[in-house]
Amino acid sequence: MTASLPAMEPGPAVLEVCELCRSYGDLQAVDRVSFQVGPREIVGLLGPNGAGKTTTINMVLGVLQPTSGSIRIDHVDLASRRSQALDRTNFAAVYAPLPGNLTVRQNLRIFGMIYGVDGLARRIDEALELFELRGLGDTRCGVLSSGEQTRVSLAKAMLNRPHLLLLDEPTASLDPATARDIRRIIRDFADQGPGGVLWTSHNMHEVEAVCDRVLFLSRGRILLEGNPRTLPQEHGKESLDDLFVAVAREPLTLEGVET
Amino acid sequence: MKARRVGAVVLRQVYLLRGSMSRVLPLFIWVAVDMVLWGFISRYLSTLASPGFDFIPALLGAVLLWDFFGRVMHGVTMAFFEDVWSRNFLNFFATPMRVSEYVTGLVLTSIATSTLGLVAMVVVATGAFGLSFLAYGPLLLPFLLILFMFGIALGILSAAMVLRLGPPAEWFVWPIPGMLSPFVGVFYPLSTLPDWMQVVSRLLPPSYVFESLRAMLEGRPAHLDDLGMGLALAGGYLLLAGWVFTRVYRHAVQSGLLARYSAESVS
Repeated sequence: MTASLPAMEPGPAVLEVCELCRSYGDLQAVDRVSFQVGPREIVGLLGPNGAGKTTTINMVLGVLQPTSGSIRIDHVDLASRRSQALDRTNFAAVYAPLPGNLTVRQNLRIFGMIYGVDGLARRIDEALELFELRGLGDTRCGVLSSGEQTRVSLAKAMLNRPHLLLLDEPTASLDPATARDIRRIIRDFADQGPGGVLWTSHNMHEVEAVCDRVLFLSRGRILLEGNPRTLPQEHGKESLDDLFVAVAREPLTLEGVET
Repeated sequence: MKARRVGAVVLRQVYLLRGSMSRVLPLFIWVAVDMVLWGFISRYLSTLASPGFDFIPALLGAVLLWDFFGRVMHGVTMAFFEDVWSRNFLNFFATPMRVSEYVTGLVLTSIATSTLGLVAMVVVATGAFGLSFLAYGPLLLPFLLILFMFGIALGILSAAMVLRLGPPAEWFVWPIPGMLSPFVGVFYPLSTLPDWMQVVSRLLPPSYVFESLRAMLEGRPAHLDDLGMGLALAGGYLLLAGWVFTRVYRHAVQSGLLARYSAESVS
């Protein structure tokens, strides 16, 4: 039995996911997942490989159709008004680098046009400055280091000041110093509002430092939800790392736990 | 439909073409070589034919029109393949861009690239071999329109096939014009073909173009009904192609194929 989750309260959530399911034949990749992301909130979506994190993000991005359930972005239903819903979002993922045969500036211009960014040239300059890419604007993305490519993807993701920012392991290929800078930028993005962030990561120290709330997924279901700084102690674990290992190895021991 | 999103798809192709001679040159080179080859063949055949018959407008002109069709079709598919090769689907389709906006961008790209190819062919065919489009009169417009519409339709259908079957299916796309050419009678009247091939020919819009072209050059009246049929068929294929691409895209979203496209799955 899944841990009982707090009832979703009607509010100004930028993302409302309700009873989301996705199956592939007999495999239930995502099973009745419900959660919200509020404005100025960073929510961590955690879990072992194959838990359903990327499947959930793909459904929120509109590139994978749920078997059932609903997704609302900024109160706009994704299924019936896909274009309007995705107008308010953006994403960065390690597995979706921008085309390597265009320069950084060309890629940002193209995606800025798609998202209808006002004052695009100025906004591109701001994004290049923010992610320390100013000297690389005319460099083809394909010749950048993996860390630089990640920063370009993040620059693209923030170009339209999205109300919902989806980040799938955004710091996976970054050195510790750059990762810390990126975490600060994303934290500032959330603090300044009105956007909210859904963030997946396997780095529990990072999650503890950045996320306001975490959701632990295992086998397609949310097992735990809470504050990453207090959740481990609430479940008799010393750290978020230990809790993650418990979720990954012994999910059954955590099922039915009240959060 | 938002013009700026369509413009973004076109701008991406402009950037790719602007930065790469290996993309620009094929727009001109192969069709120009074709004009030179068929120009000399036409000139030689004219020396063997009965006096008064000129192979230049009949043969070189037909090859030019057929190459234009091929450039239009490949204009759409090449623009689509750029997104396949750079694994750009997730980036593009996770945005507010609609399928119709994406496909319109591909079509506009094809109009630009195929026009460049057409200009190159006309320059070579006219300058080197004296082909005059005046010989076709006002019928040139429906000829080009039918071939353009059918080329766009086949380009979109080909893109749908590659989206459905995965990146390796691009190898099914390249030979399509060559496979169709025996049926549409680029080089000979459809009456030359066996009955079963003629049935297929009647379903292909370019057949009506090349039959009308030959009739006109032989001094027979052009069958406007036939051209109307070609135009109607081309319009029908265009609508069918848009419907098929949309269906394939929806299937890719439903099945998860779009999210894991580079895995080359056909499931």
